[in-house]
Amino acid sequence: MISAIEAHDLGVRYGAVPALDGVTLRVDAGRVTALIGMNGSGKSTLFKAIMGLVRPHSGEVRIGGLTPGAARRRGLISYVPQNEAVDWTFPTSVRDVVMLGRYGHQGFTRRPRRADHAAVADALAQVELTDLADRQIGQLSGGQKKRAFVARGIAQGAHVLLLDEPFAGVDKRSEATITRLLRELAADGRTIFTSTHDLHGLPQLADEAVLLKGHVLLHGTVEDVLQPHQLARAFGLETHSLTAVASLDGVA
Amino acid sequence: MSADPDLLDLILEPLQYEFMVRALVTTIIAAVLCAVLSCWLVLVGWSLMGDAVSHAVLPGVVIAYIAGIPFVIGALGFGVLAVVAIGAISATSRVKEDAAIGIVFTTLFALGLVLISVTPSQTDLNHIIFGNILGVSETDLAQVAGLAAVGLVVLLLKRRDLTLYAFDPIHCHALGISTRRLRSLLLGMLALTAVVSLQVVGVVLVVAMLIIPGATAYLLTDRFRRMLLIAPVTSVACSVAGIYLSYWIDAASGGLVVVVQGSAFFLVYLLSPRHGLLAKWRSHGSESRAIPSHSAPVTPP
Repeated sequence: MISAIEAHDLGVRYGAVPALDGVTLRVDAGRVTALIGMNGSGKSTLFKAIMGLVRPHSGEVRIGGLTPGAARRRGLISYVPQNEAVDWTFPTSVRDVVMLGRYGHQGFTRRPRRADHAAVADALAQVELTDLADRQIGQLSGGQKKRAFVARGIAQGAHVLLLDEPFAGVDKRSEATITRLLRELAADGRTIFTSTHDLHGLPQLADEAVLLKGHVLLHGTVEDVLQPHQLARAFGLETHSLTAVASLDGVA
Repeated sequence: MSADPDLLDLILEPLQYEFMVRALVTTIIAAVLCAVLSCWLVLVGWSLMGDAVSHAVLPGVVIAYIAGIPFVIGALGFGVLAVVAIGAISATSRVKEDAAIGIVFTTLFALGLVLISVTPSQTDLNHIIFGNILGVSETDLAQVAGLAAVGLVVLLLKRRDLTLYAFDPIHCHALGISTRRLRSLLLGMLALTAVVSLQVVGVVLVVAMLIIPGATAYLLTDRFRRMLLIAPVTSVACSVAGIYLSYWIDAASGGLVVVVQGSAFFLVYLLSPRHGLLAKWRSHGSESRAIPSHSAPVTPP
């Protein structure tokens, strides 16, 4: 499965407000790529553009050479939403959520068949949630919730996994579990593109990183991106204060 | 219990009258359809929209009456008009959506009232507003049953898509399933359901039947499948109880149907084993006593 994400001169505006401008980017398959930037730097908008949820005013996005629409219809893209974007009181079980990944494989009424149940069971096993499959989705811990949504992408057979801040509200141990899981999925040949605020865990998580601030400031190895002067450009801080922060966190 | 002749009489006596039988059958049909639809409405957060659409269909129904076409066509037309107008006003002006909803549905409802006042008719069009369950004719019943059958089949066939749309519209989109089409489907069902329920409780109170059963079931279970059973069962039970009450105490049937539904919701809200108020108090009681009150020291600025 080779489904790289390619953006060429991508620009998105909300009304008169530019969110992305001239973004040119290639996110390769088989790797974990981290997306880093301040709030309002356009991370969510970039994800939306990749999914075809917003219409770019310039440029284009291709997923494995396909338009976002064609890629969606082939079930190539899966999205793991931010915590706040999910209604955790919804009357649905972990298993049902994972089954949502199978809808593209099913008929008019989406009645699950044996292959669907098998795919859901496999995905649950891979993220180690088999024992919790019948829990209501809100009764999981922060990290388990993320894994449930990743399992949905696995059951879907998605080639491209987009994750919006998967480590927010997740404890350190779950973070390590999710990191390991994402690395496995990348090793399988999937394209993993994840936004994160957690610079500390970046070297373990990602092969490469993208610094975003309306446009791509830098796309390189994690080491390059974690250079204090590069982070300073992305986060608009003075270099020396950032060095202090970074060394406190043990990043530099 | 079952041998109690007085209770049996109380239940059987109204059934001697054909109009009562028709009233009960119509009520049961409308209650089932409304309750099934309400499961999605409460989860999508469309309660206000349900209120708006069910009121806004009034002029459509009156015009359909004047033109001699099926009510449901007029209702669909004005239901869609209302939603489009609400969307357009909130998207293209600084007026927020709740205000747009308030403006559009009251205006359309008022237009309906004006149309009723100038339309000469043998049947009392005011029945559309408050319902006329005891005056249901054979034809009315057949129409209600036909529309409800269509609605139920569509809803049940598309139930998984609608639930996906309610839970995660972005995933729905990511799978290449049209959220716009599902939204329109839900909307069309809303207008159809409004027409089906007109006879029972009238335009004003339809929204109660479109929200209360789903909300009640939501407090009783963590599984959507079970909501789809609990909502119709409670709704039918409450509606039939309301009709009987209205027969026994000779009071407004549409009003009583809704009062009983609302009372049942309130009981569930208090007593639901997992999500009820009492259960919450019991489980939080010990914790909250351990947590210090808001008088915790505040760091000076």
